Amino acid sequence: MTHPTVPLRRYVGIFAALILLTGLTVVIAFFDLGGGRLHALNAIAAITIAVTKALLVVLYFMHVRYSSRLTWIFVGAGVFWFVIMIVLTLADYLSRGWFPTPGSWSS
Amino acid sequence: MSDAPHEPRQHYLNCDYSVRSWLLTTDHKRIGILYLVSISAFFVLGGVMAGLLRLELLTPHGDLVQAETYNKFFTMHGITMIFFFLIPSIPAVLGNFLVPIMIGARDLAFPKINLLSWYVYTLGAAFTVVAMVTGGVDTGWTFYTPYSSTYANTNVILTALGVFITGFSSILTGLNFVVTIHKMRAPGLTWFRLPLFIWAHYATALIMLLGTPVVAITILLVALERGLGIGIFDPAIGGDPVLFQHLFWFYSHPAVYIMILPSMGVMSELVACFSRKRVFGYAFVAGSSMAIAVLGFLVWGHHMFVSSQSMYAGIIFSLLSFLVAIPSAVKVFNWTATMYKGSISLQTPMLYAFGFVGLFTIGGLTGLFLATLAVDVHVHDTYFVVAHFHYIMVGGAIMGFLGGLHFWWPKITGRMYPDAWGRLAAVILFVGFNMTFFPQFVLGFLGMPRRYHVYPPEFQMLNVLSTAGAVILGLGYVLPALYLAWSIFKGKPAGDNPWGATGLEWHTPSPPPTFNFEQTPVVREEAYAYDSQLEGHRV
Amino acid sequence: MSEHSAQVAHQFDDATQQYEASTLGMWAFLITEIMFFGGLFAGFFVYILGHAAAFAEGSRHLDLALGTVNTLVLLGSSLTMALAVRGAQRGDRRGQVLFLVLTIILGVAFLGIKGLEYAHKFEQHLVPGPLFRMEGPHAQSAQLFFSFYFAMTGVHALHMIVGVGLLAWLLVNALRGRYSAEYFTPVEVSGLYWHFVDVVWIFLFPTLYLVARHV
Repeated sequence: MTHPTVPLRRYVGIFAALILLTGLTVVIAFFDLGGGRLHALNAIAAITIAVTKALLVVLYFMHVRYSSRLTWIFVGAGVFWFVIMIVLTLADYLSRGWFPTPGSWSS
Repeated sequence: MSDAPHEPRQHYLNCDYSVRSWLLTTDHKRIGILYLVSISAFFVLGGVMAGLLRLELLTPHGDLVQAETYNKFFTMHGITMIFFFLIPSIPAVLGNFLVPIMIGARDLAFPKINLLSWYVYTLGAAFTVVAMVTGGVDTGWTFYTPYSSTYANTNVILTALGVFITGFSSILTGLNFVVTIHKMRAPGLTWFRLPLFIWAHYATALIMLLGTPVVAITILLVALERGLGIGIFDPAIGGDPVLFQHLFWFYSHPAVYIMILPSMGVMSELVACFSRKRVFGYAFVAGSSMAIAVLGFLVWGHHMFVSSQSMYAGIIFSLLSFLVAIPSAVKVFNWTATMYKGSISLQTPMLYAFGFVGLFTIGGLTGLFLATLAVDVHVHDTYFVVAHFHYIMVGGAIMGFLGGLHFWWPKITGRMYPDAWGRLAAVILFVGFNMTFFPQFVLGFLGMPRRYHVYPPEFQMLNVLSTAGAVILGLGYVLPALYLAWSIFKGKPAGDNPWGATGLEWHTPSPPPTFNFEQTPVVREEAYAYDSQLEGHRV
Repeated sequence: MSEHSAQVAHQFDDATQQYEASTLGMWAFLITEIMFFGGLFAGFFVYILGHAAAFAEGSRHLDLALGTVNTLVLLGSSLTMALAVRGAQRGDRRGQVLFLVLTIILGVAFLGIKGLEYAHKFEQHLVPGPLFRMEGPHAQSAQLFFSFYFAMTGVHALHMIVGVGLLAWLLVNALRGRYSAEYFTPVEVSGLYWHFVDVVWIFLFPTLYLVARHV
């Protein structure tokens, strides 16, 4: 019926990992990793750590690791649609400068 | 097969006549009826708005109302028709009624959430009606910033809140359908044995779930900006009004698929029954519903070709818009192939189906004109666009709604309507519709802008034609309201299966008992088993 | 499986179908929440592209210490929530109640700290609108940053408040012994909601607080 009870140790272990990752992301923020005007590498590091933390919560605290394939598909679909929205919207803003017109957004 | 109905039999309508039992019902069938009453009321409201618009447009001068008032009319026409009529129409009425029965279930997965969705709809509608009677809104249903967020002097916040609240009604319906279809199918009812009506509603529910929240947050931001002065789209502090358009259309384009997909689902049922044939290419029709749901989320930028969106993004959106037309075309071809060498009977629902095929095709093809970047530059914001979407939404979605209403009316009410009147109304509607909207293609091409209450005098003849058509169209709507209402009291009692159709809903009495089936059915056949019906086999 | 602890609603065939449908239903709702918050993130990412310096300036005005503490508090509440669900699943009434109470306390603590931050921002004239005042060349566009800050954390806080209300209702039922191995669906489903609100904060924190701390 439902998933088996997750052992206490596992929950505490995941929690410890989450705390560590939080500390890591704060510390890293104080170093300039480069990546130009937008400090892209800092952003990538922060997003990677956030995604890792989110995965830990989703897989273990939210039991997706022990859930049906249908649940995985639902979660995946939600993430996928969010990514579509970001990517296609940014596609507009990022490509505006490619055909320069005076007074445009990215000038 | 069907036998004479037993009047004293208990069913979902006569089990309790009290008002309380209706307002606190969790029966999906009664909730469908509640929605039918609500959306019909809003259809009349939106129709009155349309009538006022067409009345003003009889003459080239602004002689009926002032410009600002005209702006309020078309705004309220759009908001009413889209959010309070079209989006709920088929899913909340026919979907609510039929989805559980078609899959052999006793109710939806979450009956109380179903009732909640109707109350949420009603609350949002109340906000919007109050906004309308206390001054109205004039931003257009599209609420573009910075006009809506900063400069308008009308009831934007109240209307925005109304639409925001009603959006949750849509989300709750979608949630219910998705879970129900996944988890509550009768034994033997595999995905590929489902009626295509169910596939269509599943795809629609996905769009409701994934798209509606985005317009919700966007409208909320506009309300915040307006109410609290928190600049988000305000150019003075570096905000971008086009960002609003991106977020708005991210939902509002898929929203048009919310409006058409259920209608396509109805079409499959009608065409199969009235050709007495399996739907040609079932898997392709099912797959195309899913394809439309997915691809529909990738094309929103085609509303923004002239908004200052980057040309490269425009090219991508244009290409994707072409692609999304393909699954729709697949459906039209497959319905036509279903009819080929079928045994066609021309009862009212089938007339609506024919109307759909022709009008949706015209609407869809003109969509391709608009998806073509270079053409759109000229026809954007003209009557060409207005004609295009009315062909889809009225010629497509409403024809499907009316066809479905007529098809399942005997199941819902236990009564037949007079088919002769039904056919007459369908023809009147078809004629009136074309007379109203075909001239608008020409007007748009000639350059008449939309949302203007005045126009150059050389456009008057076409405008008069359009308004005359609107009168005939109106008659086409009034007739069904009359004879359907009449049939509730005086119509011939319908049996379980007056059309001889396949599908689980026809294997339960008309009207159905409260829990739909005496016993959970077991499904052993494919959908649309009309050929085995011919050979005398039964499910 | 005893009669009253099963509590299967009439539309379902059995407790398993009810459990699976309920969790799937909550996941469907959470997907809508991904898109709801997603719209805010989309807007933020678009603006930070064009206003990087202003957003960095705005971010530096946020209290990193309080934000970090709040992150830890919320993560802790996720742990206690997971343990509360586990308690319900094992029919451990004391465990359920203890961990639900802890989760509520941590949730309220989060909201309290957030309220403190909001009060500070109000004092510093960093609330967008007619009263906004900030020094430096990026003041105008930094208002955009704060609009998003308040919109995003505000909507998040509203979700937290609803969550705390949900937990209170669960607590009342847990005290009455309603949940056991046969029926703990409401606890599981509320847990999903609570963890999701935590996941949103996991993304909100670096997005808003860690934009440019190295400068």
